[in-house]
Amino acid sequence: MDVVMLSRIQFAVTVFFHFIFVPLTLGLSVLLAIMETMYVRTGNEMYKRMVKFWGKLFIINFTLGVVTGITLEFQFGTNWSRYSEYVGDIFGSLLAIEASTSFFLESTFIAVWFFGWEKVSKRVHCMCIWLVALASNMSAFWIIMANAFMQNPVGYKMVDGKPQLADFFAVITNPYGIGEFAHTVSSSWMVGGLFVIGISAWHLVRKNEMELFKSSFKIASIFFLIFSLTTAAAGHHQGQIAAKYQPAKLAAMESHWETGTNVPMYLLTWPNAENTGNAIQALPIPGALSILAYNNPNAEVIGLNDIPAEDRPPVLPTFISFRLMVALGSFFPLLGIALFVWRKKIEEKTFVLKVLPWLIPLPYIAIMLGWTVTEVGRQPWIVHKLLRTSEAASPIEASMVVWSIVAFTVIYTFLGLLDIYLLRKYAMKGPK
Amino acid sequence: MTLELIWFLLWGVLWSVYFVLDGFDLGLGTLFPFFAKNEREKRVLYNTVAPFWDGNEVWLIAAGGITFAAFPRAYAIMFSALYAPLLIILFALIMRAASFEFRNKVDSDGWRKMWDVFQFLGNFIPALLFGVAFANIFQGIPFDADGVYYGSIIKLLNVYGIIGGLFFVINFAMHGAMWLSMKSDGEIHDRAISYAKKLWPFTVALAVAFLAATGFYTDLFANYQKNGVLLVIPAIGVTALLMVRIFLAGGRNHLAWISNAISIFSVIMFGVIGMFPKLLPSSLDPAASVTVYNGASSTLTLQIMLGVVVVIIPLVLLYQLWAVKLLMHVVDDKVLDSDESY
Repeated sequence: MDVVMLSRIQFAVTVFFHFIFVPLTLGLSVLLAIMETMYVRTGNEMYKRMVKFWGKLFIINFTLGVVTGITLEFQFGTNWSRYSEYVGDIFGSLLAIEASTSFFLESTFIAVWFFGWEKVSKRVHCMCIWLVALASNMSAFWIIMANAFMQNPVGYKMVDGKPQLADFFAVITNPYGIGEFAHTVSSSWMVGGLFVIGISAWHLVRKNEMELFKSSFKIASIFFLIFSLTTAAAGHHQGQIAAKYQPAKLAAMESHWETGTNVPMYLLTWPNAENTGNAIQALPIPGALSILAYNNPNAEVIGLNDIPAEDRPPVLPTFISFRLMVALGSFFPLLGIALFVWRKKIEEKTFVLKVLPWLIPLPYIAIMLGWTVTEVGRQPWIVHKLLRTSEAASPIEASMVVWSIVAFTVIYTFLGLLDIYLLRKYAMKGPK
Repeated sequence: MTLELIWFLLWGVLWSVYFVLDGFDLGLGTLFPFFAKNEREKRVLYNTVAPFWDGNEVWLIAAGGITFAAFPRAYAIMFSALYAPLLIILFALIMRAASFEFRNKVDSDGWRKMWDVFQFLGNFIPALLFGVAFANIFQGIPFDADGVYYGSIIKLLNVYGIIGGLFFVINFAMHGAMWLSMKSDGEIHDRAISYAKKLWPFTVALAVAFLAATGFYTDLFANYQKNGVLLVIPAIGVTALLMVRIFLAGGRNHLAWISNAISIFSVIMFGVIGMFPKLLPSSLDPAASVTVYNGASSTLTLQIMLGVVVVIIPLVLLYQLWAVKLLMHVVDDKVLDSDESY
């Protein structure tokens, strides 16, 4: 395998591993801030114990999120030096802004929050966790705007064969990125919600700390319902944005080959292995794809056959990831509604409580599938229509990347397993 | 040109601040197996750094990010050429972070011992390799005009690289011992000071060796010969290092730490300014070197980033200082018994 393929594998390994920790940080920080605000408002010590319990899990998760993030920032340089040199003027500045506006804030106030219970007043302490929540979600904004430049480059002019910043405001209001941000943050908050729901359910079955976990469950179920709905809405919007800016990606998501108007959506579809058409295509819903993409049954949807073969993304992984993500994304609002309706008498629904902890991984899986659609669907471009992935890797030996992939895989597997073990242990231990 | 010059200096300043701040926890982690004699002492060491390592490490992310934003070509070549040492540093930093978070979470001696090993390696390796890497950058690394690197990790371990690495390790260890002295009391406090005092002559010897080798192996002094006023930078570094010992003798440990911070800062700035206008000299083909002229981002990017940095970085320094003051208490039994201790 060549350096490009190896570096893609390494990036996929490290970014997926990093993104096990990030969504929970984004979502749980907001939930913690809400819980602590309730403590400050009511003075009820139960809320303080609640915050400390979820806070401990938050920190175990947070640490690995931080360190695996440094890997990613360095990797643009180590493995994608051609890309880094090409986009540094725009992409690099967004990363630098992320570090200076968000990471400093996050790392400083998480320390004051975690170690400073006795050092600052209740209100200042509560403000610290709000700042952590703000900073981590703000960091998501900058990094997603950087990603959006790869999906839909805007605000640049070409100078000496490279994109150079021309309009900073356009770069940070990239419509592709705004949609991505809404979708990513909503789904991450949903992860936080179901995490709290699942663990609370485990304790409620065992009648541990009923008041604390019922209350946690209630807060999280409302949170989960809201953000399962906004995730679905933002996802739909994101599909339409892909239709507008990346027709090849949309066509790959749907495995749609023939350009036409009034395009149906086939419930049963399977792309062929040659990336040239569908092996199976049955049960059409007339006009559905035109409606989904453009809100209009007569809209024209470009098919993959009208896109040169060398510019087509790999259809099979994009298509499968998309369908599975949509299936999960349709299930979450239904689950959210059910939990919301049951939330007051949830302790009586023993079967539901027993199932819920097992559902915690599902939004994580949906998010991973979503990123697969976004990033594989962008191929063969690293910067859409400007630079091919094949031209972007560092001029380094393949053997170097091989050993680093091995090392990453070993270290990450080790830490990932320990992290899950510790989260499970401390989740089951409950508040002291 | 002024804008590029400002960015060149800021680039050096950010890396310097990173080494001043992460220097003490890298150093204390390096001392860890030699210093801590029992479980209580080990926990004291962990807890003197626990609230700070993350905030310190963000300066590394910021320094990397600023390199990427302001000098993309320097970032691209520096990081891909130094692929192996950088990834080893990363693996070490990852294990170090995990050692803080995981060590106290399972009650088993074997478990704790394992994380103690990672705590040591996770601090010692970055301290050493950062020193090696920066010394090599100061003397130039072999890459061509196309950014292709022709060296290897073995070639990085040349005489000058090793002197740089040892200097970082020993100076950071002293920096860490002084940090520990401020955050502890009783016997640990006294021993920390005696460690700092013992490490001081080695730091001075390595500083002298480093400066001499710099004259021998690099072109850094050329800029200082051209403009003698600049010699004030290494002079401040040397004076600050001498003051460390005087402050230690007088029992003024905070001042000793600050003095060493100034010394670390001056050493990095000495190297950076010596390289000007190069950010990354090529030892293979001087014309291929990345300079502020051929490596900087567009004026608009540099202007916007300058706006961000001028507003944000002083603010960051203010709230980090507030946090440090707040959490600067001595790690005693009360701290060790709290829910949040490591």
